[in-house]
Amino acid sequence: MSSASEVGGRAFAGPSLSTVFVGQQLVLDGRAALYWPAQRALVVADLHLEKGSYLRRCGHPLPLYDTTDTLARLRCLVDQYRPERIIALGDSFHDAAAVSRLPAPEREQIETLCARADWVWILGNHDPHVPDCLPGRCAERLQLGDLLLLHEPSDIDLPQIIGHFHPKASLRLAGTKVGGKCFLQSPIRLLLPAFGSYTGGLDSDHPAIAGALGAGRQKRFLLHAQKIWQIL
Amino acid sequence: MIAVPEIIAAWFAARQWQVRDHQLAMLDAFARQQSSLLIAPTGAGKTLAGFLPSLIDICRRGHSGLHTLYISPLKALTHDIERNLSQPVAQMGLDISIETRTGDTSSYKRQRQRRKPPHLLLTTPESLMLMLSYTDAPQIFKSLKAVIVDEVHSFAHNKRGDFTSLALARLRQHAPDCIRFGLSATVAAPAALAAWLGPAGEPVAVLRAAASMPPRIRILDSKNRMPYSGFMAGYAVEAIYQAVAAARTTLVFVNTRAQAELVFQQLWQINKDNLPIAVYHGSLSKEQRRKTENLMAAGSLRAVVTTSALELGVDWGDVDLVIQVGAPKGVSRLLQRIGRANHRLHEPSEAWLVPANRFEALECQSAIDAIASGRLDGEALLPGSNDIVPQFIMNCACSEAIRPAAIYRQVRSATPYADMPRATFDALFRFAVDGGYALRNYERYRRLEEHRDGTFTPSSRSTVQRHRQNIGTIVEAGRLKVKRLRRSHQGRIVGEVEEYFAQQLTPGDTFIFNGEVLMFEGVRDMLLEARPVKSGEPKIPSYVGGQMPLSTFLSDGVRALLNRPQHWSRLPADVREWLELQRRFSAIPPQHRLLVEQFPHRGLQYVVFYTFEGRKANQTLGILLTRRMERLQLKPVSFSITDYGLSVCALEALGAAHIDQLFAPEILGDELEDWLMETPMLKRSFRRVATISGLAEQNHAGKRKTLRQMTFSTDLIYDVLRKYDADHILLTVSRQDAERELLDIRRLAEMLVRFAGKTVFKALDRASPMALNILFKARDEQVRGAGLEVLLEQAGLQDQAQQMMDEVRDVVGV
Repeated sequence: MSSASEVGGRAFAGPSLSTVFVGQQLVLDGRAALYWPAQRALVVADLHLEKGSYLRRCGHPLPLYDTTDTLARLRCLVDQYRPERIIALGDSFHDAAAVSRLPAPEREQIETLCARADWVWILGNHDPHVPDCLPGRCAERLQLGDLLLLHEPSDIDLPQIIGHFHPKASLRLAGTKVGGKCFLQSPIRLLLPAFGSYTGGLDSDHPAIAGALGAGRQKRFLLHAQKIWQIL
Repeated sequence: MIAVPEIIAAWFAARQWQVRDHQLAMLDAFARQQSSLLIAPTGAGKTLAGFLPSLIDICRRGHSGLHTLYISPLKALTHDIERNLSQPVAQMGLDISIETRTGDTSSYKRQRQRRKPPHLLLTTPESLMLMLSYTDAPQIFKSLKAVIVDEVHSFAHNKRGDFTSLALARLRQHAPDCIRFGLSATVAAPAALAAWLGPAGEPVAVLRAAASMPPRIRILDSKNRMPYSGFMAGYAVEAIYQAVAAARTTLVFVNTRAQAELVFQQLWQINKDNLPIAVYHGSLSKEQRRKTENLMAAGSLRAVVTTSALELGVDWGDVDLVIQVGAPKGVSRLLQRIGRANHRLHEPSEAWLVPANRFEALECQSAIDAIASGRLDGEALLPGSNDIVPQFIMNCACSEAIRPAAIYRQVRSATPYADMPRATFDALFRFAVDGGYALRNYERYRRLEEHRDGTFTPSSRSTVQRHRQNIGTIVEAGRLKVKRLRRSHQGRIVGEVEEYFAQQLTPGDTFIFNGEVLMFEGVRDMLLEARPVKSGEPKIPSYVGGQMPLSTFLSDGVRALLNRPQHWSRLPADVREWLELQRRFSAIPPQHRLLVEQFPHRGLQYVVFYTFEGRKANQTLGILLTRRMERLQLKPVSFSITDYGLSVCALEALGAAHIDQLFAPEILGDELEDWLMETPMLKRSFRRVATISGLAEQNHAGKRKTLRQMTFSTDLIYDVLRKYDADHILLTVSRQDAERELLDIRRLAEMLVRFAGKTVFKALDRASPMALNILFKARDEQVRGAGLEVLLEQAGLQDQAQQMMDEVRDVVGV
């Protein structure tokens, strides 16, 4: 009846979990990031940098610490995994003018991060162009091994790791509802949660998400309090 | 004494009426320019008492422009008053214009009202605030002689009241000599209301009308057994129906909108005589409600099932019976509801109480006892809520260039804000200007602009527009319109639900609305779309509308009743049997000790604390006890508070050895602080505060929030703000807001001292008869089933409870 699952689905839990996707061992981190050991690649989706200042232009006196926070959390992950590649899976910037609004310290933070690994900006619907003034290279999509990394699902006949949908899920535990962002996995698709500090979510039962996942057995991984649970 | 003009005296004489004493007292107060609060029971001609001085003054001296402003808590009430006032004014042949102005008033009419205001304008606090934001507000209000605030008792203890008192403070700026009249039902502490109504430090005078006859109240007898738990009173529907059929017109009051829907549906299922029975509550659309109001006014209804929406003075001719379904929750409130029956002063009102379960029967009996002995419950006035202040600042700035010092004076002239420190005001002002963040990295986005002469004005026209669009929704945070789909996305709006409720739904869920079962499809463009369905697996709406906490006063009454078995004879037999079971199986909560029950249920461990300390205390205790249980590694999962205590659900069982640690009276400074900031309660507060203060908007007309990325929860802002700007004013305000629902630390410590060493601990192998009520509570508002299915499901629950009780009976060997 609802998306909430009963207790019992929590087969595994921890700060991160590993999953096998199309033969590849992947680490799903409870902080909304994916690490691919074989490729030494860290993947994050939907940073939506400068979303706060975008909304603020519309008159909401929002606190503008979202970019600072998003980058600080990303740095923690980079410190821990020490990746050779960092892939931002699209919608890294909330709008076309976002880069021009970046305050100097945040811009430096991005430059520092980019210097620590091979950085790829996958383009998304919010940021179809990432200005050249930023380091890192831009790409519509990236193929690593047999996997395709891109923002929105594509017809290309390869298993895909995608962002865009901001999936979230919930489960009921002893009468209370626990919800959070989630990873969703099907035989051919892996959907990443949004990483940005001001990003909302779309319920994992939404038809758009079902369409993106395609057929086959699905796995759901719920993020809550910096940890990750596999739920039914 | 004031002479009544001939033309008005003649009108009274023609009806063989006399001007009543309290009406004369109001005339006298007006003549002496003495602001006053009139306390009068329903049916005492309170409204006329309020308006009579203005009618006479205009009649006698003539007046150009706005003379009297009437502020009502309900839109419906303004329309009702307009009807009831226009008639005598026309009959007297007076040249007095009367108009209403609410959110429903057309923009054409609003424009005209600004150019040429009527003599008497009937409005709501939100509409008044909107008028005060106009640049021509000083012209509109300068001729004002009197403000009448109706149903003052409904304003004085909540944010809407704070909002209203700020509007009154602003009004005083434009019309310094205008006097304030308040009309109120009988209350326990009139002095608090008088202080609220007057400017800070100048309470108004209190006038009292003669008391009415004491009402006749009884607990309804039903052939069916009264349930152990549940809140829907399905067992009594047949008896309610018969009472409706025997009376001429009946108001059936319930406590929540969900109950209203269900009782309404159940009545129609057995309505073999097709009696005209309607449902009326705040979630229904304006058109639906207007239709029902008109049917009521025309006298063509036999009964209306309603929530507090009809509790206030909407006049509905000759109601001769009031039925209260569910516990009355407060003595004053119950009296107010009962007063709806029989507007004739010298006959007693007739009322039936229908407890939904056996626990509620205790509450009903306590309320009857309290009314019989003339005791009322009252709440203390709270300091004003600070999230409204930035809105007020914006509102003033929309009208004219403002100076902080002047606005500070106005804010402090409202009683709830009399003690606001300048530093707090300055922080709120900075928030209104640019958000007031520690890191001011975006100076160019300001809502208010400072000029060289030290004044502030809105930074753009769109800021003004946006502010005005959001005034109306200021307090009713987070509502979504319900669109009833016929085909594809075509359909009509049938009402509103809380956003909170919409969030609980996933596509395919069903709920009862306006008497039919709707299936939730999704939220589009801020509309909740749902389609009528014949069958399915429906659940009852858990929309919170009209949920009321029990007054502490009444909970004390219940405890006293429990401890006087000699008085149990007045309770229904079912209730006595239940108390006897409780006494044998566990214990009756003692008067001066705290009963704690521990028992397993469905693989989880429950602890119930019967504190009888009121919701504030229970909420605070819940935060502290779960924190301590966490430390004791009992793994608490959740807690829920009830009117009588709280229950904690945990993974490990609490033992007698833990009790002392749980109630250790020393509270570590950070113990509550940290825990509180992490609770969902604080996030809920922040959400309200963010909406009211203008940080996040819910009503952005013309702008479609189609991008899901645009709508993100204030929880995210809360988390980020706590991390980077922990001292921000809105976090402070959220804490204060949450604390309105909590005990202060000193009273919490006192409570722990009272409990320490005085607990009665019962480790049980199953839920006790009293705990059942609490155990099934969480499910109650979310029970599945509609129409017949609801009843079946309720019966299922009842069977389950019955079965558990039979087991208890076996255990105690009855």
